[in-house]
Amino acid sequence: MTALAGTVRHARYVIGENPVTGLAFALFVLIVFVALVGPYIVPIDPLASDTVEALKSPSLRHWFGTDQLGRDIFSRVVVATRLDFGIAVWSVVLVFVMGGLAGVAAGFFGGWIDRIVGRVADTIMAFPLFVLAMGIVAALGNTVTNIVIATAIVNFPLYARVARAEANVRREAGFVEAARLSGNGDVRILAFQILPNVFPILVVQMSLTMGYAILNAAGLSFIGLGVRPPDAEWGIMVAEGAAFMVSGEWWIAFFPGLALMVAVFCFNLLGDGLRDIVDPRRRT
Amino acid sequence: MTRRERAAVATLILKRLLMAVPSLIGVVIVTFLLTRALPGDPAAYFAGPAASKEAVEEVRVKLGLDKSLPEQFVRYVRDLARGDLGTSLTTGQPVVSEIRTRLPASAELTLLGLIVSMGVAVPLGILAATRPGSLIDHACRVVATAGVSLPVFFTGLILVYVFYYLLGWAPAPLGRLDIFFSAPPPVTGFYLMDSLIAGNGELFLASLNQLVLPALTLGIFSLAPIARMTRASMLAVLSSDFVRTARASGLSPFTITVTYAFRNAMLPVVTTLGMVFSFLLGANVLVEKVFAWPGIGSFAVEALIASDFAPVQGFVLTMAVMYVALNLMIDVLYGLIDPRVRIDA
Repeated sequence: MTALAGTVRHARYVIGENPVTGLAFALFVLIVFVALVGPYIVPIDPLASDTVEALKSPSLRHWFGTDQLGRDIFSRVVVATRLDFGIAVWSVVLVFVMGGLAGVAAGFFGGWIDRIVGRVADTIMAFPLFVLAMGIVAALGNTVTNIVIATAIVNFPLYARVARAEANVRREAGFVEAARLSGNGDVRILAFQILPNVFPILVVQMSLTMGYAILNAAGLSFIGLGVRPPDAEWGIMVAEGAAFMVSGEWWIAFFPGLALMVAVFCFNLLGDGLRDIVDPRRRT
Repeated sequence: MTRRERAAVATLILKRLLMAVPSLIGVVIVTFLLTRALPGDPAAYFAGPAASKEAVEEVRVKLGLDKSLPEQFVRYVRDLARGDLGTSLTTGQPVVSEIRTRLPASAELTLLGLIVSMGVAVPLGILAATRPGSLIDHACRVVATAGVSLPVFFTGLILVYVFYYLLGWAPAPLGRLDIFFSAPPPVTGFYLMDSLIAGNGELFLASLNQLVLPALTLGIFSLAPIARMTRASMLAVLSSDFVRTARASGLSPFTITVTYAFRNAMLPVVTTLGMVFSFLLGANVLVEKVFAWPGIGSFAVEALIASDFAPVQGFVLTMAVMYVALNLMIDVLYGLIDPRVRIDA
């Protein structure tokens, strides 16, 4: 309990020292809130088209204007939060499980497990990551689930390497030796000694890669993969508005792009802040 | 360089070449697996969505998909060795020739993007490191965080809106050249160089005009890691013993920063270029789509939308091979500029 109190005190100190982290945290809460209740609070049906109102610039009725079909962009941006945030969260959770387990096993057992995990990570790293994600989605099929899987796979090396390094330094640690001497098996040591220690570092890794996951997913849907119209998603909304940028209807692409930017910015700042709390030595 | 050092560099390059072999094998296996070992019928993939049953069977036999998986792999590798990446369904052309004609457009854009970002990020990082806590240091941090948060396709569109629609300074985002110009006689495939070789100044300016916005977009995107790394490594070097000695010996701050600190600080920056290229090659696809740039990225995107799989596979393979080669070059470059690596080798 004292350790927890210490962490909370340290967290309060970090947030006090760096108000930007506090701001990022507030934004994060807002994004989660919008993702949860967004579809129930939007003023206008995000799929309802109204040709009379098409291509109207931002006004009191349509805060972010309307697109070429007269759909309300504000509502669409709000509703899209759930999909974008969901893709990012699921892909990060997936890679957290895959990469975390593979990395911890590689670092703890060494030997052939280590070699296989290392080889897989190296092979993934041999590709430009976005290009590999494109190839995976193209091969697995053009669905949102596959965007989640592809984003998780391209992040695998990062997680596996961090988890491996952290597990490896703790393999010979005193508390692990003590656990072993008291008769604990490998699996028990992994589950109760190693994993709880590696966990916080991987959580930081999760928040650091959230931003990249959203960018990656939005990039894929921008080039026409995964999300299908008329579904609202930030990447595809920017793609739909792209053609109108040259004729001056900036709001169609601008607001979804802005939402995307704010979300990524928030996750990156939050990741940095969280790292300062969990692992102050790594601060750059 | 002495003869022994030259021999050491040769060993280093050879060693690094050997280390690239497993990566290349991995890349070939993955691109093979991406089509063959996945749910669904690969023959149907390659025949395209509109193919009849007979056409699918024909493709299956033609591609050897009726054989066992190892046999197919041998066949795939043999085709690769002959430079055969299959045929694009939408254009009817061999994928290799399509990629070859489009590659210079992508390469020119990517390289110019890299030059832009190095040109801004390195001085910014150095200034930030020499004046820690100053305004420029904070600016560097903001740029580094904002740079990685900006979706590259969004930056591109904003630039188009501001510089094309509002200000009218940039040409329409429609490819490498305005329709009133014709391409220079191909020598390097880079319009900037080819127009200079042809001695056509007007054409040079026209192609530069088209290049500025997409290159700037790529540059902004890849700025962050370079600036951050330059700042961090410059800070480390500036607090090292040899810089203190140089200061104590009364050398001017300029000499110390540029001649002594800069050269040493560049080493980690060269190493991060690998990651920067991973970003650049991926972002290239998005930027090409925004600016209708006729490179291999937009080729792959068009093929993806049409479910035309051979070009996508060829594109992924080409990009990966280029990326492996770039990493190899970075490592060799590192060996050339850092004498310590030569001695160790």
